Amino acid sequence: MAAHSLSPPLSRLLFTVKYVSLHSRCCAVHSKAHYSTVYNPNEKTFDKILIANRGEIACRVIKTCKKMGIQTVAVHSDVDSSAVHVKMADEAICVGPAPTNKSYLNMDAIMDAIRVTGAQAVHPGYGFLSENKEFAKRLAAEGVMFIGPDTHAIQAMGDKIESKLIAKAAKVNTIPGFDGVVKTAEDAVKIAQEIGYPVMIKASAGGGGKGMRIAWNDDETREGFRFSSQEAASSFGDDRLLIEKYIDNPRHIEIQVLADKHGNALWLNERECSIQRRNQKVVEEAPSTFLDPVTRRAMGEQAVQLAKAVQYSSAGTVEFLVDSKKNFYFLEMNTRLQVEHPITECITGLDLVEQMIRVAKGYQLQHKQEDIPINGWAIESRVYAEDPYKSFGLPSIGRLSQYQEPLNLSNVRVDSGIQEGSDISIYYDPMISKLVTYGATRNEALAKMEDALDNYVIRGVTHNIPLLREIITHPRFISGDISTNFLPEVYPDGFKGHQLEVDARRELLASAAALYIAAQLRSQKPYLCYRVSTIPVKCTHWELCVELGKGCHAMEVTKSGDVYNVEVDGGKVEVIGAFNLASPLLPLTINGSDRMLQFKVRVLSKLASELNSYMPEKVPEDTSSILRSPMPGTVVAVSIKPGDTVAEGQEICVIEAMKMQNSLTAARQAKVKSVHCKPGETVGEGDLLVELQ
Amino acid sequence: DWLVSFRSLTQVKYGAVSASVAQTNLHRDCRWYSVSHLSVRERIEKKRKAALVGGGQKRIDAQHKRGKLTARERVELLLDPESFVESDMFVEHRCSDFGMEEDRNKFPGDSVVTGRGRINGRLVYVFSQDFTVFGGSLSGAHAQKICKIMDQAMTVGAPVIGLNDSGGARIQEGVESLAGYADIFLRNVMASGVVPQISLIMGPCAGGAVYSPALTDFTFMVKDTSYLFITGPDVVKSVTNEDVTQEELGGAKTHTTVSGVAHHAFENDIEALLNLREFFNFLPLSNQDPAPIRECHDPSDRLVPSLDTIVPFESTKAYDMLDIIQAIVDAKDFFEIMPNYAKNIVVGFARMNGRTVGIVGNQPKVASGCLDINSSVKGARFVRFCDAFNIPIITFVDVPGFLPGTAQEYGGIIRHGAKLLFAFAEATVPKITIITRKAYGGAYDVMSSKHLRGDVNYAWPTAEVAVMGAKGAVQIIFRGKENQAEAEAEYVDKFANPFPAAVRGFVDDIIEPATTRKKICSDLEVLASKKQVNPWKKHANIPL
Repeated sequence: MAAHSLSPPLSRLLFTVKYVSLHSRCCAVHSKAHYSTVYNPNEKTFDKILIANRGEIACRVIKTCKKMGIQTVAVHSDVDSSAVHVKMADEAICVGPAPTNKSYLNMDAIMDAIRVTGAQAVHPGYGFLSENKEFAKRLAAEGVMFIGPDTHAIQAMGDKIESKLIAKAAKVNTIPGFDGVVKTAEDAVKIAQEIGYPVMIKASAGGGGKGMRIAWNDDETREGFRFSSQEAASSFGDDRLLIEKYIDNPRHIEIQVLADKHGNALWLNERECSIQRRNQKVVEEAPSTFLDPVTRRAMGEQAVQLAKAVQYSSAGTVEFLVDSKKNFYFLEMNTRLQVEHPITECITGLDLVEQMIRVAKGYQLQHKQEDIPINGWAIESRVYAEDPYKSFGLPSIGRLSQYQEPLNLSNVRVDSGIQEGSDISIYYDPMISKLVTYGATRNEALAKMEDALDNYVIRGVTHNIPLLREIITHPRFISGDISTNFLPEVYPDGFKGHQLEVDARRELLASAAALYIAAQLRSQKPYLCYRVSTIPVKCTHWELCVELGKGCHAMEVTKSGDVYNVEVDGGKVEVIGAFNLASPLLPLTINGSDRMLQFKVRVLSKLASELNSYMPEKVPEDTSSILRSPMPGTVVAVSIKPGDTVAEGQEICVIEAMKMQNSLTAARQAKVKSVHCKPGETVGEGDLLVELQ
Repeated sequence: DWLVSFRSLTQVKYGAVSASVAQTNLHRDCRWYSVSHLSVRERIEKKRKAALVGGGQKRIDAQHKRGKLTARERVELLLDPESFVESDMFVEHRCSDFGMEEDRNKFPGDSVVTGRGRINGRLVYVFSQDFTVFGGSLSGAHAQKICKIMDQAMTVGAPVIGLNDSGGARIQEGVESLAGYADIFLRNVMASGVVPQISLIMGPCAGGAVYSPALTDFTFMVKDTSYLFITGPDVVKSVTNEDVTQEELGGAKTHTTVSGVAHHAFENDIEALLNLREFFNFLPLSNQDPAPIRECHDPSDRLVPSLDTIVPFESTKAYDMLDIIQAIVDAKDFFEIMPNYAKNIVVGFARMNGRTVGIVGNQPKVASGCLDINSSVKGARFVRFCDAFNIPIITFVDVPGFLPGTAQEYGGIIRHGAKLLFAFAEATVPKITIITRKAYGGAYDVMSSKHLRGDVNYAWPTAEVAVMGAKGAVQIIFRGKENQAEAEAEYVDKFANPFPAAVRGFVDDIIEPATTRKKICSDLEVLASKKQVNPWKKHANIPL
């Protein structure tokens, strides 16, 4: 199977088989409301807020604004002109073309939008201008309120080095071996050697793990330096870097803080964000299975100390690395609303956006530390438009031809900024949504998550739901035995898709056969009476073959009414279902339990399957001599030219997609025959980049 | 010219098999039926058995080795289990020259399997050429068998499916073979518009033989194993001195992308036959039958909100018409015809609330969706098929006009464009038109406009019905005027919207895109009883 193959092999297609007992479906009755605090309409805040962001977070902020009776202004790039956040807002202003540095990062245009609409405050969301002190300053200069901390705190915490000094002074535990700004690759190597490998290299200005690389030796340090500084420059316009001791096997646990302008600060418990790939979070939960009340309190108190040390106001997050002995080290403070804030909202009942708006207006916090509860458990899965079979997720683009959120389930919250028909483009983050489930216990929340993932319908782009489902059902995850290395440890050879157990496979095969028969039978009963009589195929017994992965499974099926009895792989399966052949979801009763299925497999009659052996194998093209783009993106650099000889593993070119730079290397030693791309060019997935001889 | 074509057949690699290359002695025993001591009953059994193995196991193995199924395997896969009723199993060729009269050169059934059967319970006549018998070459008897089932199909009113796998004419039979072709051609023509005719090319098909598929309604091919050409590469080399391979000259890719001869190509025999079954479900049995209606699980009143944002604000920006089509039709099930040829127009079959419809749509993604020679011809042929077989036509319009230029004018865009115009105008089936965006100039008239007897014509709010785009129009209307931008704005305000057409009743309504499916389904319900008759004529004179 060619690695670059555009059509995913069958084994990789989503086939989730769901085990839900009827019991758990019935007893999980909880309030649909996400927030327990009641909004006080007498508390006047702002008349109009501009949201300087896009996608789900813009929609999220607009929702709270609507609740608070605040008018909203959306800004958007030209390609986003019909985006959901634009439709939700009361007013919308186009701030430039698609590239972020010309639109969502275009301060001049956004300032103009503020003036034109008369917005009194700006909510920056996360990313983009949310931690840009220049932007905060410009707003202050025009008397517009920035819904976030003041410039001082942004500056202090935005700089990785300064933030650690402040943290140290505030008696917050910090990572050993932390040191200096880096100018050249050799400086980087020197610093790395002083700290001792492994070290971590990242952009000083960046958050969220973007631009973060780990080096285990001098060469990797040089490479890491080069990439990180480039990324730092392109993402943040600030190429300073940070090198520090890398803690092996750590957990990433962060504390949500909330502070007002009157010196009050609270910690709203922790979020466990250890499940990451390439230092970006995938699954988060609150609370953490790992923290005991003592550690939680210690971390919370240190987080509040830090917030107070920088006169922090608004919502913020203090990130810690926690080692296996529950020692925790300050990592950084994010002076904004986090992507994963909903899980904190679920367990505390607070609406963080509402609190941010109140605090920005100058109100005191409504709560005391002892008022902050941990109610139940919440889990968030980040649903991305990406191919999880390539390094746990390389961006995928396309149009959401079909899209259904599992909102029919209780205790499910979906934060999204897209809808059926939306385009996932190369210009922005490929996140489709944040799927949050909650329950009285972790098990309840996990079961709900499984159910929600199974009921999620996404077509048109490759998505990571198969990976998410694997993670949340993995025994190590369920037992809480996780670290930031979870994915590479559990899937050392990369994620290969769900490996079906014998029973589950039988059930999938049986369901496929039943579906096939239902479709066949429909074709055989046209409505109209014809001139020439239709002879119904009187068949109650079928012999079929279902192709699954590389194997073909023979089966015998008998049907009576809606009950299909299937004999497959030496076992018997009873499938009951009235098939809706237009629905992307297949609710079935299999061997007595209710399942929700989505799958795509090929079913053949026994005859077709036997004759299939005569069909010629189509020879896939030789892929070792050609390099194709593994994802859509922009060519940043081409390191070779025709006639060059490349060594195995040598870098051929660099593709940037969704702000990530990816180095593409030669699969073998060879001479370069031709180069089909040049820097600055946009390439699609599967586009030919370089041919080798 | 015929001579050249037929002579060329000998040059086709798989081609016209000379009987002097006698069939092997394999299965001689089982074919040795003239032994007098056998009873008639035994002889029947022997002949039947012989017919079932065609040219013998060795040739069957060779056929399999090429990645091809045998004629009988194909029939079995195509039809419902045990529904095949074979005719003419005992027919043998009548050639007595070149040693053909010898028993070992006689095969019961000769080189084609014919009969009738059912696809999902619905009647169909089938012939399947047997490459294992004299390379599937066409003898007089072979042609006679095909003609027989075609005649029956015509009298009963049921479609004919031909599975072509033949080296060409039976050279030993000379003019009898040529006569056979002509007999088939005549029947193809007589059946045209009476019963649907489908050709699936599953091996070579060269010389005169190509004209039978060309006369049928749809020609499908199997990738890598099928070829269609008038003359093979060797003759091409000797006549025009071109070096070309069989695949380049007449393979599936050539005919589905360059020549437009074939309507679809499939990966292999099995894929092709299974897809043909699906395709067959869309078709009525004959021009006497209405378009079939299948049980529909997709609600007919389903709203499609994604359509509200699909047309970009900038009128120069492209979008994919297939996204609109797939979102509107039942369960996204759209069988596209000629998906890789003249891609600036999209045609194909789908269902609305279970009822088969033909869909025609300009494709803004390719060449702005303009009409040119190839897309006009592609569209016209499809529209005429739908009209002939009572299939309602739904037309999605986003057309900036006809493609200008010398290549198009010299190529005869005027008479080719007229074909599409002709086809839409003469069609009497229910016609529903949705203008999604541009409907400019003559192309607006052509695309199933109200003026060509469109039954229901809708415009989306993004529709612009005008003689041309704002820029060009302003340059003519306000020639020499200084403030062109202002004039353009005035023009856009007046004309670049659905109102000019709507106030005149040229569109029946301006509808929210999300409601399009719901509206079409309810209109089709009403139009099911539409009756419209064109004036009596021997036949119309479409500008060919």
